Amino acid sequence: MSGMRERFYELAREALDEDERVAVVTAQIGTDSIGEHPRHFDVGIREQLMIGVAAGLALEGYRAVAHSYAPFLVERPWEFLKLDLGHNDLGAVLVSTGASYDAARSGRTHQAPEDVALVAALPGWTIHVPGHADELETLFRSALAAGDRVYVRMSEEENHARVDGAGFTVLRHGSAGAPLVLAVGPTLAPVLAATVGRDVSVAYLATVRPFPHAGLREALADGTDVVLVEPYLAGTSAAEVALALRDRPHRLLSLGVPNAELRRYGGGAEHRAAHGLDAAGIAASLQGFLA
Amino acid sequence: MATATELEYDDLPALLTRLTGDEKHDRSSLSTLDVLWVLYDRVLGDGDRFLLSKGHGPAAYYAVLAAKGIVPVEALDGFGSYDSPLGYHPDRVLVPGVELSSGSLGHGLGVAAGVALTGRRVWCLVGDAELEEGSNWEAVQYAGRAGLSSLTAIVVDNDSSSHGWPEGVERRFMLEGWTALRVDGRDHDALEAALRPAPDTTRPRCVVAEVEPR
Repeated sequence: MSGMRERFYELAREALDEDERVAVVTAQIGTDSIGEHPRHFDVGIREQLMIGVAAGLALEGYRAVAHSYAPFLVERPWEFLKLDLGHNDLGAVLVSTGASYDAARSGRTHQAPEDVALVAALPGWTIHVPGHADELETLFRSALAAGDRVYVRMSEEENHARVDGAGFTVLRHGSAGAPLVLAVGPTLAPVLAATVGRDVSVAYLATVRPFPHAGLREALADGTDVVLVEPYLAGTSAAEVALALRDRPHRLLSLGVPNAELRRYGGGAEHRAAHGLDAAGIAASLQGFLA
Repeated sequence: MATATELEYDDLPALLTRLTGDEKHDRSSLSTLDVLWVLYDRVLGDGDRFLLSKGHGPAAYYAVLAAKGIVPVEALDGFGSYDSPLGYHPDRVLVPGVELSSGSLGHGLGVAAGVALTGRRVWCLVGDAELEEGSNWEAVQYAGRAGLSSLTAIVVDNDSSSHGWPEGVERRFMLEGWTALRVDGRDHDALEAALRPAPDTTRPRCVVAEVEPR
């Protein structure tokens, strides 16, 4: 089990014990890891109900946390996110596991590269894509303290160390006008490896919605070239970059999981490489775009 | 929230006319009217929740809310217009007193289950055709196993489901551990008796309110 996932279960248990506003709803994923508690409700393999129950608990003033694999937390009950939570103006914290291809061995049914795009298509959601278990902890705690709709996307892939500061963080400064490579969540490690020796700025982002338009403009400074590297569907945040730079000539390369089914099992690392999201793949894409 | 002047059941036709502009009201298009009236007039108390899952055709709902002073009678004018808070499906953000935004079928029972998990009394109105949506049965199954005794599901049955419910829809609820009974959906005394807060029990409750076939 990944570092983030185990950390989440610890945090969920702690929150149940220490904060009487918190309630956790599961649907047979993570049920035993979170364990029995009077405010932990496992509704069986019923994901639409999981979101409905979270909304009902929110209606009663609880900070509801719902958790499952990303396809079952977001895709299957998507209309319930839109209506039971969004349209009813209720908040909840949704924490997914599995990400784009962590469960590669389980096949397409357990892969959700489109999850962030789906949640981002709905109004009012904060979306966190932590790149390290320590970031997950910070972001999950902030989500519990807030009252809005929050989606936290966990992954087995992690960076070597946490990045402090949830917002737009510039980690490496290139020369004036250098291209900006924006790494989201767990893509930072391969991005850092892929950009060694290349004159680019590297920025990091773990909270992709709301998107930090001002931070992007400031970091790009006089530059025109942006490379967006996201660990889910390629281009998910491309429209946000375009909006941030709407009055400035710019070029954008969006890297991520292509919108094509990779009909393979195997491991996450193999899928990452197949999608061109390992260091070698990113380096090759940078070479093509920036040469 | 209620205003001083409450109207009576006999005032509902005038309110409906104000709402829809129609002088005549076909009872079959107002299948929920009597259930809603009895709930708001005789059953619901402070702190109770009512979730209208079947958000289609909410004229009866708005008329009852207006009659009870929960929404201003003037709000009935312009029903469905750009500036009206009252649309063809109710929105809890726009209408204080509406407790669930609905219109897509099969959402209310799940939310009601979440409410009932906290122990609060909640009544949820669904239609017999609405129960074709599989999401309802997730909630029915879970509520039965979890013993959500503060939950009452009201099925307004106007025999409008696509393929019917052989031997009655209430049998499905009973099989999942609910109490269930069928009453005349136009008989106010029978509805009141069936819908009143149940004495201590361990099971959720299903009340099928039978009305004229659609």
